[in-house]
Amino acid sequence: MSLIQETDFGTPKSKSESMVTLTIDGNQITVPEGTSIMRAAMEAGTQIPKLCATDMVDAFGSCRLCLVEIEGRAGTPASCTTPVMPGLVVHTQSERLKKLRKGVMELYISDHPLDCLTCAANGDCELQDMAGAVGLRDVRYGYEGENHVFAKSSKNSAHGCENDNWMPKDESNPYFTYDPSKCIVCSRCVRACEEVQGTFALTISGRGFDSRVSPGMNESFLGSECVSCGACVQACPTATLTEKSVIEIGQPEHSVVTTCAYCGVGCAFKAEMRGEEVVRMVPWKDGKANRGHSCVKGRFAWGYTTHKERILKPMIRERIEDPWQEVSWDEALNFAAAKFKGIQQKYGRDAVGGITSSRCTNEETYLVQKLIRAGFGNNNVDTCARVCHSPTGYGLSQTYGTSAGTQDFDSVEDTDVVLIIGANPASAHPVFASRLKKRLRQGAKLIVIDPRRTEMVESPHVKALHLPLMPGTNVAVLTALAHVIVTEGLADEAFVRERCDWSEFEDWAAFVAQDKHSPERPRS
Amino acid sequence: MTMRIFVPRDAAAVGVGADDVALAFAQAAAARGAAIEIVRTGSRGLCWLEPMVELSTAQGRVAFGPVTPGDVPSLLDAMAGNGQHALRLGVTDEIPWLKRQTRLTFARCGVIDPRSVDDYRAHGGYRGLERALTLTSDQILADVTASGLRGRGGAGFPTGIKWKTVAQASADRKYIVCNADEGDSGTFADRMIMEGDPFVVIEGMTIAGITVGATKGYIYIRSEYPHAVEAMNAAIVAARRAGLLGKRIGGSAHEFDLEVRVGAGAYVCGEETSLLESLEGRRGIVRAKPPLPAHKGLFGRPSVINNVLSFAAIPFILDNGAKAYADFGMGRSRGTMPIQLAGNIRYGGLFETAFGVTLGELVDEIGGGTFTGREVRAVQVGGPLGAYFPRALFDTPFDYEAFAARDGLIGHGGIVVFDDTVDMVKQARFAMEFCAIESCGKCTPCRIGSTRGVETINRIINGERVAENLAVIEDLCNTMKFGSLCALGGFTPYPVMSALKHFREDFGPAPARLQAAE
Repeated sequence: MSLIQETDFGTPKSKSESMVTLTIDGNQITVPEGTSIMRAAMEAGTQIPKLCATDMVDAFGSCRLCLVEIEGRAGTPASCTTPVMPGLVVHTQSERLKKLRKGVMELYISDHPLDCLTCAANGDCELQDMAGAVGLRDVRYGYEGENHVFAKSSKNSAHGCENDNWMPKDESNPYFTYDPSKCIVCSRCVRACEEVQGTFALTISGRGFDSRVSPGMNESFLGSECVSCGACVQACPTATLTEKSVIEIGQPEHSVVTTCAYCGVGCAFKAEMRGEEVVRMVPWKDGKANRGHSCVKGRFAWGYTTHKERILKPMIRERIEDPWQEVSWDEALNFAAAKFKGIQQKYGRDAVGGITSSRCTNEETYLVQKLIRAGFGNNNVDTCARVCHSPTGYGLSQTYGTSAGTQDFDSVEDTDVVLIIGANPASAHPVFASRLKKRLRQGAKLIVIDPRRTEMVESPHVKALHLPLMPGTNVAVLTALAHVIVTEGLADEAFVRERCDWSEFEDWAAFVAQDKHSPERPRS
Repeated sequence: MTMRIFVPRDAAAVGVGADDVALAFAQAAAARGAAIEIVRTGSRGLCWLEPMVELSTAQGRVAFGPVTPGDVPSLLDAMAGNGQHALRLGVTDEIPWLKRQTRLTFARCGVIDPRSVDDYRAHGGYRGLERALTLTSDQILADVTASGLRGRGGAGFPTGIKWKTVAQASADRKYIVCNADEGDSGTFADRMIMEGDPFVVIEGMTIAGITVGATKGYIYIRSEYPHAVEAMNAAIVAARRAGLLGKRIGGSAHEFDLEVRVGAGAYVCGEETSLLESLEGRRGIVRAKPPLPAHKGLFGRPSVINNVLSFAAIPFILDNGAKAYADFGMGRSRGTMPIQLAGNIRYGGLFETAFGVTLGELVDEIGGGTFTGREVRAVQVGGPLGAYFPRALFDTPFDYEAFAARDGLIGHGGIVVFDDTVDMVKQARFAMEFCAIESCGKCTPCRIGSTRGVETINRIINGERVAENLAVIEDLCNTMKFGSLCALGGFTPYPVMSALKHFREDFGPAPARLQAAE
């Protein structure tokens, strides 16, 4: 077992079905149209040096390290922003490129702290990797020039005057630290917050050399719109944005893939460990629900497992006014069983029941109902999921024969219209909401049927049609929608005939077509 | 008999007192009961004669200048009498500096009232659009391409090809964007034409709109040009009233409307993709290309983005035919260039002429050498990112390729003259300083490189390890030239390396053999 290293292809995967063949470093490679040269090279096994590119977000073209040479084209284009074309002949390494890359790295390092050995990113720093990759040996500019590194500038060496470019660390967020002195302004964090999460909490403040990452309008991270999803920390190639747990503990050494139990999305995480200690939880790119994204809960809020207030020993008491008494497991279990049996003896077998949480695993829920049925001898067992889902479960199983979800989260990337009713993903299933919002920003339409202006309606850069229905009128609204579809001839008859019993459909259509179900009819 | 007097309202003229002169005329005329009509025009572009006042006479317009309010009483006397005055310059069109020009684009600038559509039409305006409305898109494209017109903003990209790319793109809507950010030091042609003949720009953009299928255009004017903003806005309103903007322009089925948007003090927003970002309400940082704005431009739609002068050249081409324009010029540089003579120059101003005139002719003969009277030592052509040329290169003809062959560039046509008191190492440092101040900050070579460039040149000025630091500068220039995302970082090496090449003596003790440090 060791740390799972996921390949970062630099730019997102293209969905095109037409393929393009080109030559990179003498090797022919065939990739979908729309793939960047950088990604094509990576898929062929060649890593072009990069700092601002990462495959969770679109190409940006700012670091200027990934320059390549293309036969027949002048100059040295960036491979991240250049799409493949049939017959291109690309060289990723040459004397000219080596010189340019060294020149770029020399500039980066001239404005960066040199404390690699004590830095939290030691061993996991892309800037370090790139300096090594391009063979940087010295920084001829020295370190007395303008910089963001030192709190005091060396110009006035006697006292050292304040360095206006320097900003102190922002440790406001309980889970991660922002250290502006290490920022290389690759904008990966800004782009992750925009493209992956969709919160738009980050920007670059200032122009030119002054550019620094800024949450909101130069607020602290905690004071800004940031929702602590951790996408920026994941995207950051340096120690600028780092988990506090990594700063305290050090680098992890092996990963275990697991599933977050906080909500119904079920994000897949790599629990990165050192020995038995969890160092950090990082989203797993192959997770089919989350595809490498997370929210604050699974990403950071796992401290409860080792919280000092967590109760680790069983305790009992006779009355609620009594203090808790620590006892052995056997004594506690016997005490509880005896008390429950006593209640049943006094009030009857049905006087005891149990409820399992929808956040329990299937296995845990099985055990609870087994205890109730076999142990207490009754059927008084329920799950809180029933409150949310018995209507949907009933409706779906009646309609489709199964009450599970009808499609995977990936399908949201191809949708054109989304209708949300009885749900608020932005609040309840944030990672799914982020994936949905990304599709909405690409132009898909959103209808939200909810009494409240939910967070989905208020999301930045998403235009929602909000139908604020009166609480309790969901059925009436949906029937009114059905009425319009049926009476205006909008139903796709071929689709319906293929999949449904036509006479049953006609019965239903006749019902919804009744005048009393039209949207114009006032309801009393 | 009402005397018709023309006083410029151009910002440069106002800067030397034209508004005071106009007021003085009005007051003086009122005081003596003289009947005068004052028409505020653009500038004729003879900046050393501003404020230049003209009087309508039977021989044509007669010019006087430079006029101060104190001269007004005696001028009124002369105008009412025999016209003789110390400040008399003669019939304006006969002034040699003006007469030897080929004003195809600037024909009406300083002549007409820039607020009046009627005055514009009376001087040949809107004939280009009239003809364009009878042509198909392909026919207009053929004319624009055959004219040889290349982008006058600086890149010199063939305008016909750019328009054709947008015309062929399919999208739910397209845009025409006019780049009026004119940030280069020593340039003012865009400002002059917007203030003096705004309708020619509107007409050019309208023709572009009907050619490519765009119904909306934006003019992005730098915030430092408030007079131009006012002039364009007033002209747009007038054009709408005349039915030449909006729906059914000129009675046709075409629709096109314009809006002025103002920048916010960033030179980099003259770069087309950064301009688009700014227009969209975002931070003005540069976009990577591909995609080209012709495919994905403003709001992701196919967009034509051209400089003010490129649009301003179009009406002439459509009115008189491609050949009339292409007949001027040389090589692949066809037509005329409105050259802006500035800096330490005796006769500075707007000189529109065919490509092919040499740099020496422009500086020595037309410009009259320096204002100080000292020797011309260096000339920077093409703005702050242009190369410095010494006298040895004064035989270079004004032509895109000829300048490029000598590691220079024409850019937007600005020429800034320096006399022999110039310190070229400080000019090289200024190039880096300028880049550092104006850098958008997105790409590393420009964001960090420009600051390091200033520091390194400072070491050279202080005599610290000169040979070593010169090698560092050369390496840095290479990194910036080939590594930068846009021409701001990409062209900063031009002034620096040209200063090093042609004025090496200003850079430290002994000339050393330049080689890259390993």
